[in-house]
Amino acid sequence: MTTNPSTASNTDFLLAIEDLTVSFDGFKAVNGLNLYVDREEIRVIIGPNGAGKTTVLDLICGKTRATSGSIRFHNRELTRLAEHEIVWAGVGRKFQNPAIYENLTVAENLVVSYPKGRSVFGSLGFRRDATVQTRVEEVAEAVFLQDRLDEPAGILSHGQKQWLEIGMLLIQEPELIMLDEPVAGMSVRERQQTGELLARICQGRSMLIIEHDMDFVRSIAHKVTVMHQGKILVEGSMDKVHDDPRVKEVYLGH
Amino acid sequence: MNQAVNKLFGGLSGLVGFLLLAGLILIVLPGVLDGFRLNLVGKYLTYAFVAVSLVLCWGYGGILSLGQGIFFGLGGYCMAMFLKLEASSPANTAIQTTPGIPDFMDWNQITALPWFWKPFYSLPLTLIAIVALPTLFAWLISFALFKRRVGGVYFSIITQAIASILTILIVGQQGYTGGINGITDLRTLLGWDIRTDEAKWVLYFVTCALLLGVIVLSRLILTSKLGLLLVALRDQEDRVRFSGYDVANIKIFIFCVAAAISAIGGAMFTLQVGFMSPSFVGVVPSIELVIFAAVGGRYSLIGAVYGALLVNAAKTMFSESFPELWLYLMGGLFIAAVLLFPRGIAGLVERYGPPAMAAIGKRLPVPALRRGAPAVRSAK
Ligand SMILES: Nc1ncnc2c1ncn2[C@@H]1O[C@H](COP(=O)(O)OP(=O)(O)O)[C@@H](O)[C@H]1O
Ligand SMILES: [Mg+2]
Repeated sequence: MTTNPSTASNTDFLLAIEDLTVSFDGFKAVNGLNLYVDREEIRVIIGPNGAGKTTVLDLICGKTRATSGSIRFHNRELTRLAEHEIVWAGVGRKFQNPAIYENLTVAENLVVSYPKGRSVFGSLGFRRDATVQTRVEEVAEAVFLQDRLDEPAGILSHGQKQWLEIGMLLIQEPELIMLDEPVAGMSVRERQQTGELLARICQGRSMLIIEHDMDFVRSIAHKVTVMHQGKILVEGSMDKVHDDPRVKEVYLGH
Repeated sequence: MNQAVNKLFGGLSGLVGFLLLAGLILIVLPGVLDGFRLNLVGKYLTYAFVAVSLVLCWGYGGILSLGQGIFFGLGGYCMAMFLKLEASSPANTAIQTTPGIPDFMDWNQITALPWFWKPFYSLPLTLIAIVALPTLFAWLISFALFKRRVGGVYFSIITQAIASILTILIVGQQGYTGGINGITDLRTLLGWDIRTDEAKWVLYFVTCALLLGVIVLSRLILTSKLGLLLVALRDQEDRVRFSGYDVANIKIFIFCVAAAISAIGGAMFTLQVGFMSPSFVGVVPSIELVIFAAVGGRYSLIGAVYGALLVNAAKTMFSESFPELWLYLMGGLFIAAVLLFPRGIAGLVERYGPPAMAAIGKRLPVPALRRGAPAVRSAK
C-alpha cells in the first residue's frame, strides 16, 4: 500500500521520495528509500551494479509500481498516476540504451515528442506549423544534430542517438529530467560535449542522473547519492562521498 | 499545393501511384474486361479494402490482426440483412408458414422476426450499422486487450480465436443467421435490381470510388502525427508511452479504423456478389486477407490493392485447374513474401522499378516550411 499523501508532510522539494520499497518476489530491489531533490538541482546517483538505481527511475516514471512508500512531485503523489500522466506532470525519463525511433528522421523523432497533440484526435489534427518547426530546429541545435534533421535516426552513431533521446526529452520541457547512464559508450569528446549540454539545459529544471563515470559525475553533480542494496549508503558532495570509507568498500574500490 | 500532395498522396510518386491505380481500375479494366470478369475484379477490390486496413494496423501499427474477416463479415452481414428483408416482402414469401420473414427463418420454425433484425428495414440505419457495429466490436476487443497491454502474437491469436468463435456462432444459430449457407438470394436495393449487368457495372464503380476514398483517408491518417506515432510505437513502445502518450488509445483507434474500412469492403462484397456467408468470416479467409497485404506490401496502401488483385487473379486461375494445389501455393506465397520480400510487390517496384520513379519518390519541397510535411518514408 502507498502512504496516504495527506499524512505525508508537505515539502518544498521538487521531488520527495519517502519510505519507497519495491519487492520482486520477496527481493527488495529498493528498500525504504528516502530521497529529496531540489528545484534546479543536478543529483547524481552512483552505486554498484544491481544497487537498484535503474529501479528507482522506473518507480518514479511509473514503469514499475511501488510496493509501498510515496513519490511526490510538486507535492503531487505519482505512485497512483498512469505513465503518461506522470509525463504530463513534468517528469521526463531517458532510458539506459538509447530509445529512439530508428525508422523516423531526426526531425520526426522530435516532432513525435513535441508536447502538443497527445490525444488520439489531437495527434490527428496536429499541425507541424512554424512554431513547431522552430522549436524542432532549436532543440536539434542544442543536442548537436542541427545538420542531421532529415536523416533517418537509425544511422546516427551511438552517442548521437543518446543526444537525440535527450533532445526528445528537452522538447517536452519537463521540470525533472531523469537520465540513466547518459555517457556510457561515448568517446571522451562526446562525454565532454554531453557535460556541457547538461549544464546548459539544467536552467530552470532539475535532473536526476545515474552515472558510473567519476570524472563526469564530478563535473556536473551538485550532490551525489550512493546506493547499495536498495538503500542509500551515503549522500552529499562529491568530495564527501569520495572520501567515505564505506563507499570505497562497496563501490569506488572496485 | 505541394503540401496537399504530400499530405493526401505521400509525395509525387505517391500521387503517380494513386493515379495509375485509379486509371487501371476506373478506365483500363472496365475497357478490356467483360461484365463477368469485371464483377470478379469488383469482388477482389472488396478484399482490397481489408488489405488496405491491414497496412494501417499491421504495416504501420504493428498490430497483426488474424481476424479481419470478422469485420469484413459483419459489414457484409449488415448489408445482407437489409437486402434479405427487402427480398422477403409478404408478397414474395406468401407460400411460407410465416410470410414476411426471411425464408431460412421460416425453415427453422421461427415465426416472428427477431428484434435485432428490425433496424435493418431501414437503409439509413443499415448504412450506419455497417460501419458502427464492426467498429464497436473492434473497440470492445482492442480496449479489453490493449488496455491490459496484451499485444503481439497474443493479440493475433485472440483475434483468430474470435473469428473462429464468430463463425461457429453464425453457423450454429441457423434460424437467425442463415447458418452455413449464409444469407442468400438477395435481389433488390430499394427496388433497384442488383443482379442485372448494369447494376453490377454501377456497383463496380461505387466500389472503386469508395476504395480510392479510403486510400486517401488512410494516407491522411498516416501523414498526421498519429501516423508518425504508429511507426514510433512499432520501434519503441515504451519510449512513446514515456513521452506522454496513452499508447493503448492509439492502438485502439487504428484497429477500429481498420475494422470500419474492412466492413465497408464487406458491404460492397455483399452487394456485388449477392450473398454473404460464414465462409468469409473465419480463420482461413482472415489469413488469406493478411496474405494479400503481405504480397502487395504491408507498408504500401496502393501495393496492398495490387496484392489483393494479383493473388485473387492467380487464385481464380489456379483453382480452376488445380484446386488442391492452391492452398499450398498460397502458403508458399505467404512464406516467400514474409521471408524474401518483406515489403512485398511495392518494395520490389521501389527497388527495381523505373529509376524515374525512385527519383521522384522524394518528398516535394514545401515552400512555407523548408523541411516538408511529416510524411512517412516508404509509404507509397
Ligand atoms: N522487473 C524486475 N523484476 C525482477 N527483478 C528486478 C526487476 N527490475 C530489477 N530487478 C532486480 O533489482 C535489482 C536492481 O536492479 P537495477 O535497478 O537495474 O540495478 P542498477 O541499475 O543499480 O544496476 C537487480 O538485482 C535486478 O535483477
Ligand atoms: Mg542500471
